[in-house]
Amino acid sequence: MKFVSEFRRSELAKGLISQIHRRSKTPVRFMEFCGGHTVTIFRYGIRHVLPKTIDMVSGPGCPICVTANADLDKAIALAQIPDVIIATFGDMLKVPGSHSSLQEVKADGADVHTVYSAMDALKIAEDNPTKHVVFIGIGFETTAPTIAASILQAEERRIRNYYVLSLHKLCPPVIRALLASGEVKLHGLICPGHVSAIIGSHPWEFIAQDYSIPCVVSGFEPLDILQCVDMLVAQTESGESRVKIAYRRGVRPEGNQQALKLMEQVFEPCPAQWRGIGEVPDSGLKLGKKYQCYDAELAFDIDPGPTYEPTGCICGDILRGVKTPADCRLFSKTCTPQYPVGPCMVSSEGNCSAYYLYGEGFEG
Amino acid sequence: MCLAIPALIKLIEDKEAEAEIGGLTRRISLWLTPEAKVGDYVLLHTGYAINILDQEEAEETLKLLEEIARLTEEES
Repeated sequence: MKFVSEFRRSELAKGLISQIHRRSKTPVRFMEFCGGHTVTIFRYGIRHVLPKTIDMVSGPGCPICVTANADLDKAIALAQIPDVIIATFGDMLKVPGSHSSLQEVKADGADVHTVYSAMDALKIAEDNPTKHVVFIGIGFETTAPTIAASILQAEERRIRNYYVLSLHKLCPPVIRALLASGEVKLHGLICPGHVSAIIGSHPWEFIAQDYSIPCVVSGFEPLDILQCVDMLVAQTESGESRVKIAYRRGVRPEGNQQALKLMEQVFEPCPAQWRGIGEVPDSGLKLGKKYQCYDAELAFDIDPGPTYEPTGCICGDILRGVKTPADCRLFSKTCTPQYPVGPCMVSSEGNCSAYYLYGEGFEG
Repeated sequence: MCLAIPALIKLIEDKEAEAEIGGLTRRISLWLTPEAKVGDYVLLHTGYAINILDQEEAEETLKLLEEIARLTEEES
C-alpha cells in the first residue's frame, strides 16, 4: 500500500537504528502515549533493537482501556432498554463492565450492532425509524470529529432516533495530569500521530515548556517510530526540549481546522473519569446545548447501579505507566485475550494484549 | 483505535467520495476534509477522511531516511 510499505523498508531502519545507537549515551525513558504506537513497537520488535540506554514505557492512549467501569455500565444499561439498538465499534463488545459486557447482554437478547463507522450507525437509525439507535461514542480527538459530523448529518437528514453516549476523551489534559502526579519520570514523549492530525502539534507545547520534556509526533509505521526515537535522542543528548513532528506527511502544526470546528460546534469540554487515573478536568467531551437532543444520557433514564472493579486487575497502574503487564498476577493465567479480566487485555491496542500477542512478560 | 490508513480519492460526490484502499473501493466521508481533490491521498479513520496526506512531505522524509542509511553505510 502506498505511503505504508515505503515506511517499512528494512535498509532504512538499519540506518536509523545505527544512528540511534551512535547518538544515545545518557539513560532515558521515553513514553509512547498511543496504543497504536505500542502495537507497532511490539509487532516490529523495536524495543529489542534500541540501545540499553533507552527504556520504553507505554502510556494510557487506548480509549477502550481508559473508559471507566461506571461509563461502560451506562452503555450496558442502555443496551437493556426495550427498542434501543446499540451501535458500537467492535473493540467495545468484550470489555467487561462491573457485572456484564455488551457481548453478554447481546447474547441475552439485547440488540447490539458492531459498526465500522458512525455513518453505519446513522444508516441503522434511518432503516429502523421505530427504534432508538444509540452510538457508543468512544475515542480521542481522532474520532470525536467523526462523531460530531455524524450528529450534524443526523440534523441535516432529520434523523430523530439517533443518539450518542459521549465517552470521548481528550489527550493533552490527561498527559498534564500524569506529568503533574510525578509518578513516572519521563525524558521524552512520543505524541499520538492521528490525534495530532486533528489537533496539530501546538497543544503539546506545554510539555516541552513546563516539564522540559521533548515531544515528537510520530506516525505508525516502524520507520516513523524509529525516526521519532532518533529525534527524541537528538534532543535529550543536546539538552533541548521542543515539540517536533516526525510524521510530517500526516500532521500539520495547526491540525485540521475543519475537524476542530465541527468538534467545537457539537461538543463542549467536561470532566471525565479515566481508569486508573481518576477524574481529569476538561478531559472529556459532552454534547453542547444545541445538540443535547442527541445525548443518550439525557434521552434515557439509566441507572447502572454501583460499580465494581475486578479483584487483582492492575490495568489502572499499567495505564499510568507505573507497572507493566509482567507485574500482574492475572496476566496470561486468568486473564487472556479469550477470557479478559481487564480492558487492556481486550482492546487490540491494549498494553496487556500487545504483551500477550508478541510474547513479552511471560515467566521463564 | 486511532488507526488511519491512506486512501486514494477516485471520485467526489458532494461530501462523499469513492476511495481506493489497498485495491478495495469504498465510499468515504469528506465532512472533515472538504478541500480534498480527486488524486489526493487522505488518512481514512472509521469511514471519514481526517486529513489530506502531504505527498511532498512523505517524499522529503524518505529522502532524509535514505540519506541517514547512506551515511551509516559509508561509516561502517
